[in-house]
Amino acid sequence: MILEMNNISKNFGDLSVIKDISFNVDRGEVVSIIGPSGSGKSTLLRCATFLETISSGEIRYMDTVAAYTDPNGTVNYLTPNDLRKIKGYFGLVFQQFNLFPHYSVLRNLMDAPLKVQKRHKDEVEAECMELLRKMGLEAKANAYPCQLSGGQQQRVAIARALAMKPEVLFFDEPTSALDPELTGEVLKVIKQLAEEKMTMVVVTHEMSFARAVSDRVIFMDGGVIVEQGHPEEVFGNTMEERTRQFLSNYSR
Amino acid sequence: MSLSTMILKMSVGLGRTCSIFFLTLLISLPLGLVVALLRRSKNKVISGFFRFIISILRGTPLMLQLLAVTYGPYYLFGFSVSRNKLIPVVIAFAINYAAYFAEIYRGGIESISNGQYEAAEVLGYSKFQTFIGIILPQVVKRILPSITNEIVTLVKDTSLAFTVSYQEMFTIGKQIANSQTSFMPFVVAGVFYYVFNAIVDFVMGKAEKSMDYYN
Ligand SMILES: Nc1ncnc2c1ncn2[C@@H]1O[C@H](COP(=O)(O)OP(=O)(O)O)[C@@H](O)[C@H]1O
Ligand SMILES: [Mg+2]
Repeated sequence: MILEMNNISKNFGDLSVIKDISFNVDRGEVVSIIGPSGSGKSTLLRCATFLETISSGEIRYMDTVAAYTDPNGTVNYLTPNDLRKIKGYFGLVFQQFNLFPHYSVLRNLMDAPLKVQKRHKDEVEAECMELLRKMGLEAKANAYPCQLSGGQQQRVAIARALAMKPEVLFFDEPTSALDPELTGEVLKVIKQLAEEKMTMVVVTHEMSFARAVSDRVIFMDGGVIVEQGHPEEVFGNTMEERTRQFLSNYSR
Repeated sequence: MSLSTMILKMSVGLGRTCSIFFLTLLISLPLGLVVALLRRSKNKVISGFFRFIISILRGTPLMLQLLAVTYGPYYLFGFSVSRNKLIPVVIAFAINYAAYFAEIYRGGIESISNGQYEAAEVLGYSKFQTFIGIILPQVVKRILPSITNEIVTLVKDTSLAFTVSYQEMFTIGKQIANSQTSFMPFVVAGVFYYVFNAIVDFVMGKAEKSMDYYN
């Protein structure tokens, strides 16, 4: 098991956004999370990636406890130093790409492997160029993010996350900020990664994509998992009324 | 007094004008960054304290601050900061400009999107690495035009040192003007300041250009 999230709750003040969710990710699995806006999908990913601290529950990566709730109800995280090792297990691709604008494309990929993982420059450079080739962007290695289209920027962001050799890659609506004609090139890259058995968790509104690539689909609403299962079950044999209603808004 | 003698005498003071200018920048640019970070501290006492200090420094005349640093210690404690007036002058200028730079840095830091911090955090950069490698370079690019404005003002503000009779270029010019009952020294001073600022504009323009490769 790469990731285990057990009985996770998250409140913002009085607002309860995640309500006792348990959620595991196995190696090689592709999980899609769907659900209406405001249902807590981003918050769940942000808790998994330590951008938000959980209000209660337990997070484990690769059988290492990263956060747990003690009997008093206090949540304890590993120290920042120990957490840094855990952060090496995952990558996150943002809706808004969040590339570093002052770094070239290649430097965006290489900087963290060099500075955070302290790996050797030659090896990192070769790997990063290979990643760019895979993304069809080797010609853009020395370009700056502002010179790229949104779709190209998002592919660079995916390559940047992959350069850290994560065990699991999280995507938070990776195509929502893109013009419709650019979503295809990003989805294609994710599909290709799925074929290579990269472990991924993708929050998305692209239903046909979710249906095609996922091993498991999770439907979230109101901070809980309403329904989950194989995409053919969730999409083809929907059990819950709430899921059906949500999906009917997406059928063409 | 011939024009060339006048220019020569004032040129001697120009060295002191440059001392004020460069020492002030050398101290206030890094000091301003430190103050900006303290001003942004999560600790309410620290951030409140620096907000207060900044408001005093920006809300009172630099001339008054010059007088306070140069003569204040004598009236209060019976001693002067230094016999060399350059020291109190630079202290007053550096602190005053640090306050202005601090607000510029702060605005720049706050204009960087949260996504930059989050991307760096997920990639495992330390807080220090994030600030130095990712945030600060973008801040510098954004604030450079405002920094240039302040530097241009500083060039002209060096003339305020005449209030404590520090013998920089303008003070000497003023003395010549008084003794010769001539307006010429002020014209010379004006030309000096103008050329000085033309150089500042040129250098800062180059610096801005060097960061033009992204936006
Ligand atoms: N930092 C925050 N502070 C307060 N409320 C937040 C914060 N982040 C998210 N929320 C709230 O949590 C709920 C779930 O948000 P989010 O996880 O972004 O939903 P989704 O990604 O499914 O659209 C929303 O009601 C949102 O307003
Ligand atoms: Mg969201």
